Amino acid sequence: MPEANPPVDNPPVGRAQLAAATRAQFTRPPRSLWNDAWRRFRRHRMAVAGTVVFLGLVLFVTCGPLLARNDPRAIDFSKSMLAPSRAHPMGTDDLGRDMLARVMLGGRISLAVGVASMLIAITLGTLVGALAGFAGGRVDSILMRLTDLFLALPVVPLLLLLIFLFRDALRRAFGPETGIFILIVSVIGLLNWMTVARLVRSSFLALKQKEFVEAAHALGIGEARIMVRHILPNALGPIIVAATLGVGAAIITESVLSFLGLGFPPDTPTWGRLLFDGQNFLDLAPWMVLWPGFLIFLTVLSINYVGDGLRDALDPRSRR
Amino acid sequence: MARYLLRRLLFAIPTLLGISMVIFAILALAPGDPLAQFAADPSVPPEVRERIRESLGLNDPWYIRYVKWLAALLRGDWGYSFASRVPVLDLIVQRLPQTLQVVGVAYLVAIFIAIPIGIVSAVRPYSLFDNLATTFAFIGFSLPTFFTGLLLILLFSVRLRWLPFIYDSTLKVVNWETLWLQVRQMLMPVTVLALFQTGSLTRFVRAAMLENLPADYARTARAKGLSEQAVVLGHVFRNSMIPVVTLLALGVPTVFTGAIVTEQIFRINGIGELLIKSIQNSDTPVVMAITFIFAVLVVLFNVIADVLYGILDPRIRYD
Repeated sequence: MPEANPPVDNPPVGRAQLAAATRAQFTRPPRSLWNDAWRRFRRHRMAVAGTVVFLGLVLFVTCGPLLARNDPRAIDFSKSMLAPSRAHPMGTDDLGRDMLARVMLGGRISLAVGVASMLIAITLGTLVGALAGFAGGRVDSILMRLTDLFLALPVVPLLLLLIFLFRDALRRAFGPETGIFILIVSVIGLLNWMTVARLVRSSFLALKQKEFVEAAHALGIGEARIMVRHILPNALGPIIVAATLGVGAAIITESVLSFLGLGFPPDTPTWGRLLFDGQNFLDLAPWMVLWPGFLIFLTVLSINYVGDGLRDALDPRSRR
Repeated sequence: MARYLLRRLLFAIPTLLGISMVIFAILALAPGDPLAQFAADPSVPPEVRERIRESLGLNDPWYIRYVKWLAALLRGDWGYSFASRVPVLDLIVQRLPQTLQVVGVAYLVAIFIAIPIGIVSAVRPYSLFDNLATTFAFIGFSLPTFFTGLLLILLFSVRLRWLPFIYDSTLKVVNWETLWLQVRQMLMPVTVLALFQTGSLTRFVRAAMLENLPADYARTARAKGLSEQAVVLGHVFRNSMIPVVTLLALGVPTVFTGAIVTEQIFRINGIGELLIKSIQNSDTPVVMAITFIFAVLVVLFNVIADVLYGILDPRIRYD
């Protein structure tokens, strides 16, 4: 991609003022690919709102627990299922624990699961897709067969099965919380790389025919370097969009697992786990369900809007 | 066409074999013993347990067990549930109607809501209606089904007391009264599933319509003097449905997985509920069978989508 139009050196015109004016006109900051994307992204109002909301949520769960007055794990039966009040802005749960503190603590885990499993899925997908697209031939057809096989796997039943079967082994190996975290994150990542692999493969197939890759070949640059330094940056757009939407999907998947009782252990209050615990108290303490559910919804909604904005911004066809 | 169909079905076989092997390998590699429940039971002596293992073939190496399992599966012998000692096939046949009923109705509702909304959105892009529909779609697919389900229960069962929140599957529809009861108990599960599907479907319909509206054939139709309605519904809509119908076919397995959560919330004794219960009971034959059925659904609807695409789009040839 051309980085920018070089400032045009105008032939000197008689009047110095005019020359200065012309130069001023042509020396505005160069327009780079990322600058353009950022300009288009800002124009997408809902995407900007989504970014603000999402960053707010991240701040809420990372810094919130530091400021919280209540201990998320302090059980106090005299405060069981109190409605939201000044002391407990989101009410308390059946064991008298402060919902606000629990929701903030749980959000950390939910968001961490979302980001970590997205990173695994993206890395795997990019590796497979890049290799298939760049190598072509035999490698390509084997890798694509594998991708098709994974695409045909029934994801949710398999997720449930894998987590159920390997839960105890990992819990013993890494402790209850870390073990389940590793398991959930890797299983979600392992079952969601396929779309990324296909996207990356098709961009690689298209890009490796381009003149600039040919030029790099002619300059004697090594295959690996061409893949990483020349083709990958140009294929980054769809990967970023898929990564963004992947975080939201992974957060939902984790909460589904926790909601079905196959996720984190009871003392780890992820948002899905809080919903699972709260569903039996729906009539007495609806806030136990409403807050975590609303936060999942808000997070996923903001991520989906950011993804939509990024798709518009990074699509070179909409370049203006 | 027939040859293509045959070839496509033959290609599905290795995929299904691969999937069955993956599922089998997961179960074989997993730590834990399917007979763990007997180990805890003092009334079952170790010799008996060993004999049960032998009779179930659990002492054979995994590849022998796989071939045995596959051969039995093809013969229609799906084994017995560890937990209830009932043939797996019977269990599934018992549970399937409830799932199919809820999933089927929900998918139809979603389609009938999404198509008109998508069309109007595409005809008037960025209008007030389109913006509202877009917002609705984003909310629809950002709301997790378990949360919508709980919200509906909270509103209609707990607060307003209009609808029952536990699905009664023993209910038999014999007259108007029981039909009304059935409609009432299906209302919330169907809404939950349909809401989630409608969101993304609306977007697909809208995108497909937007792609076809400026097409040359649409301009020709207008130039002939056809009314706008005839152009949109008779020409653009028909062509836009090609990718949408494919997506509809591909989406069927997803709705089934969505039903797992919905059945859990509303206590519908469908196939998803059976899966969760069997996983919790380490009931390997049932888990294996249901997971495999889901895989077959995915592969089958992939073939259906491909074939439908060919039927609907005459530009695609099968040679």
